[in-house]
Amino acid sequence: MAFIPHTDQEVREMLGAIGVDAIEALFDEIPADLRAAPLAGIPPAATEMQIGRLMSERAARDGRALNFIGAGAYEHHIPAAVWAIATRGEFYSAYTPYQAEASQGTLQTIYEYQSMIAALTGMEVSNASLYDGASALAEACLMAVRANRRAKTPRILMPRAVNPAYRRCAAAIAGPQQLLFESVDFDHESGRTAPDALESWGGADIAALVIQQPNFFGSIEEAGRLTDWAHAHGALVVAVVNPTSLALISSPNEWGQRGADIVVGEGQPLGVPLSAGGPYFGFMATRMEYVRQMPGRIAGRTLDLDGRPGYTLTLQAREQHIRRGRATSNICTNQGLVMTAATIYLALLGATGLERVAAAACARTEELVARLARIDGVRPAFSAPRFHEALLRFDRPVGPLVDALARLGIAAGYDAARDYPELGHTLLVCATETKTAEDVLRYASALEALR
Amino acid sequence: MKDVGEYDGAGEATIFDRSRPGRTATAQLAPETLASLPPELRRRRRPELPEVSELQAVRHYTRLSQKNFSIDTQFYPLGSCTMKYNPRGSNHYAMLPEFLSRHPLAPVSMGQGLLACLYELQQMLCEVTGMEGVSLTPMAGAQGEFAGVAMIRAFHRARGDAARNEIIVPEAAHGTNPATATMCGMKVVEIPCNPDGDCDLEALRRAVGVNTAGVMLTNPSTLGVFERSISEIAAIARQAGALLYYDGANLNAILGKVRPGDMGFDVMHMNLHKTFSTPHGGGGPGAGAVGVGRRLLPYLPVPIVGRDATGYVWLDERDLPETIGRLSAFMGNVGVLLRAYIYMRMIGRDGMRRVAEYAVLNANYLLARLRRAGFEAAYPDRRASHEFILTLKREAAERGVTAMDFAKRLLDFGQHAPTVYFPQLVPECLLIEPTETEAKETLDGFVAAMTAILAETVTDPERVKTAPHRLPVRRLDDVRAAKHLDLVWKRPPGGDS
Amino acid sequence: MASNIPTDLRYTRSHEWVRKNADGTVTIGVTDHAQHALGDVVFVETPQAGRVLAAGEACAVVESVKAASDVYAPVAGTVVAANGVLADAPERVNSDPYGDGWLWCLAPGEDAAATALLAPAEYETLVAGGG
Repeated sequence: MAFIPHTDQEVREMLGAIGVDAIEALFDEIPADLRAAPLAGIPPAATEMQIGRLMSERAARDGRALNFIGAGAYEHHIPAAVWAIATRGEFYSAYTPYQAEASQGTLQTIYEYQSMIAALTGMEVSNASLYDGASALAEACLMAVRANRRAKTPRILMPRAVNPAYRRCAAAIAGPQQLLFESVDFDHESGRTAPDALESWGGADIAALVIQQPNFFGSIEEAGRLTDWAHAHGALVVAVVNPTSLALISSPNEWGQRGADIVVGEGQPLGVPLSAGGPYFGFMATRMEYVRQMPGRIAGRTLDLDGRPGYTLTLQAREQHIRRGRATSNICTNQGLVMTAATIYLALLGATGLERVAAAACARTEELVARLARIDGVRPAFSAPRFHEALLRFDRPVGPLVDALARLGIAAGYDAARDYPELGHTLLVCATETKTAEDVLRYASALEALR
Repeated sequence: MKDVGEYDGAGEATIFDRSRPGRTATAQLAPETLASLPPELRRRRRPELPEVSELQAVRHYTRLSQKNFSIDTQFYPLGSCTMKYNPRGSNHYAMLPEFLSRHPLAPVSMGQGLLACLYELQQMLCEVTGMEGVSLTPMAGAQGEFAGVAMIRAFHRARGDAARNEIIVPEAAHGTNPATATMCGMKVVEIPCNPDGDCDLEALRRAVGVNTAGVMLTNPSTLGVFERSISEIAAIARQAGALLYYDGANLNAILGKVRPGDMGFDVMHMNLHKTFSTPHGGGGPGAGAVGVGRRLLPYLPVPIVGRDATGYVWLDERDLPETIGRLSAFMGNVGVLLRAYIYMRMIGRDGMRRVAEYAVLNANYLLARLRRAGFEAAYPDRRASHEFILTLKREAAERGVTAMDFAKRLLDFGQHAPTVYFPQLVPECLLIEPTETEAKETLDGFVAAMTAILAETVTDPERVKTAPHRLPVRRLDDVRAAKHLDLVWKRPPGGDS
Repeated sequence: MASNIPTDLRYTRSHEWVRKNADGTVTIGVTDHAQHALGDVVFVETPQAGRVLAAGEACAVVESVKAASDVYAPVAGTVVAANGVLADAPERVNSDPYGDGWLWCLAPGEDAAATALLAPAEYETLVAGGG
């Protein structure tokens, strides 16, 4: 009877008030031939102690790796206060703030979150978050097609240097609405999307160009030149950015003459544990002129009956519960709790703290790359400046090396050969501020010993 | 008592207002390092983030949390949302450090314990729904719906039947249903409901045809009643060559009693944050696992947990070439899935059935008591499922007190409001879902509050119309919010720079 | 509540009104009944001058806090002007739906037959019938 509080006496009283003699009678409208048999495939109930022991054993079996994988999810230190507060019951067990007066905590947190994302990205407005970075890119592509009224064709230029999982996700989500995703190659020497590669699309009708910064390889794109090219050709710019990097490198509003138009990204680096892939959150920011094309929830500040400030969800007429089939998206939730954690994280770090994290991650990755490149048969694949991730080229398949290092408790990196076979044997590695010089040495020594 | 300096009657200060140049949460600063970035790549203008101490941040967000209603602090009978207790045990054991620190792309050899949980969760969800296969990746109910309709689309296209581009939904459906159909490139055809709440079968027969891709239903419906003609509906859909989609929003009402697969549904999504008690978190993260019958197995979104001689593995595009694809960068909301897994194991086989039984008991008890207190049920001749609808059209017409006024006044009584104005076809409606985890005295307390407000609509209607009176803010001006958009904090004129 | 239905205008089933101007153009807006059903209007999007509209084409949006309603072109033609005032004062749609709250002005196309429009009495019947 886990979590059901009723006593037998109460059940009798309640049935009496309803006017039936057994709970089963309450199901009398369900045709008898549809009744389910006992659920043989479900184990009998376990107590919290029993399931706790099982989970602890399984967790212990998995252990904690020394992690050097990035590829879209990044290990950062998370201040203890972040989740201690985010998991307070008042945040954890609240619903979407539809009753604004009873949800001022969540709503003000959203407003502060929107303000922080706008500040980080340099954009005018932000929504209250989307599911994750990849699905946020899909939504951004759909939004760009709605917002770019000049373009008659829903064509999106999608560089191959964009995270392959993001490209697949965007195609799966936006594909049914007939968006055309066109591939743009990268320069194999620098690891950047070359503005020249765009020229073959010069005469085409394009709704938007996607620019990931830093790109999947960790390389820093010439975002200004790419942005200006897009705007000169009537296309909007959808930026996919790493939020930690924005403490150091140009924010999307600074790209080129006019800056990016829609900015999305994976929020996970901002205080969210790796958690095997989720829950994370996607952020989205844009210019005020496109605010009505933006999907998802938005909180706004307003006044109450007495003229005091307060917060409420606004622009809801764009959303599914009102506009139904003509909504901007079918999305209902934001990732409220995860967004709350990120807001607390950014409050604790501030611009200074985030700069330090970014600089440390950048420096630690340079150390890792320098150290691994001293191993025979290992070298950086690209020459462009990078943030906190690098693609390494090996003289042999990396799969067996990754497996061997896993047995030593080291998550060595992401084997990129499947996504970029033309680059040969490649491994994408990342070292954040959580890694020490000893960690780097341990990785390098283990890899060297395998050769 | 007012806390001078923190709360000045002008609302809670924002974290930005508490900021002072040069202040930091010093324990959170990484050592100073120089990044080797060329200057031309550097950001020109620093982002304006708050500069506060750790205590200030902790106090600020703790105080904000206290301005929320939540399940942990209030009765929260929000219809269609299944606001049941979110066990702390689920949270605790899902947040073991080994699970939290696992990188999604780490080799599966380093995650067999976690994958075992997810694999068993897939199996258990198949068992409770009567489906043949499950994918856990959709990150919310709406994404589950998207996956479901995308699979319907893929199924017809694979048969060379691309003309099927219509999705039929009852007019009482959640707004996500038509919005999802549109996202999947489908046209939406709405059909009416009968006065008794069941689907209008004649309208359905007229609506189906060679263009019908699927029919989307919630059962029990959004009207809080079980769709009695479900077998006929399934037959009509099948004869028309359409697939039947089950919106799992109301699965809590039938858990262990009836299975969507047995009712003839081909595809469904489950809201794990409703039925399996993962937290709503102030609006997410949810999880919207999808289940399918045999015909749709090849199209499930990836990745899925499989099992081979080496142990548990992730199946992806290479294993399921006809998949509708990938809906997130990684594997969906794994942390939420773990909470659902722990909850299901704690509830166990018999607990599943009891969830539905006591959810339905609580709803019917509350309905009986509220009717006796003078409220009008929207479907008085029907059994309530796990939720039910009251209509306040009489109170609105005679006393000018709307469903929204009732909702706001309930907040003053320490009760979260039910869902208002949904479903849209019942005027001045309250959709009330107590859930099975609430004790009888909590329900009695809600009846007492509703009764008191009903009396106030006669003695002091203004009190109700201007509610709430006891919350951190009074009724907020939504029109102003939408007309004078204030969506991000800006430094007040003359403030510090 | 009786809504105001001026007798010198024509109407549509989707609650637009049409006024014939002396210069051959027509002015279009939403009816008093429509603005009342929407509630406080918070945003209006109007078509740009020069845009060519087909009859029945969705070309404007009137948004309140509880609904966002498409507005359809009652007749085909080319947009001559849009009511720019509404960008800053969308409430004009509520306060003066037939005057300051007009949406756009159109030069009807060659084949723009006005026969499908409703006379005031017909529109009144429609509104009374719950349409």
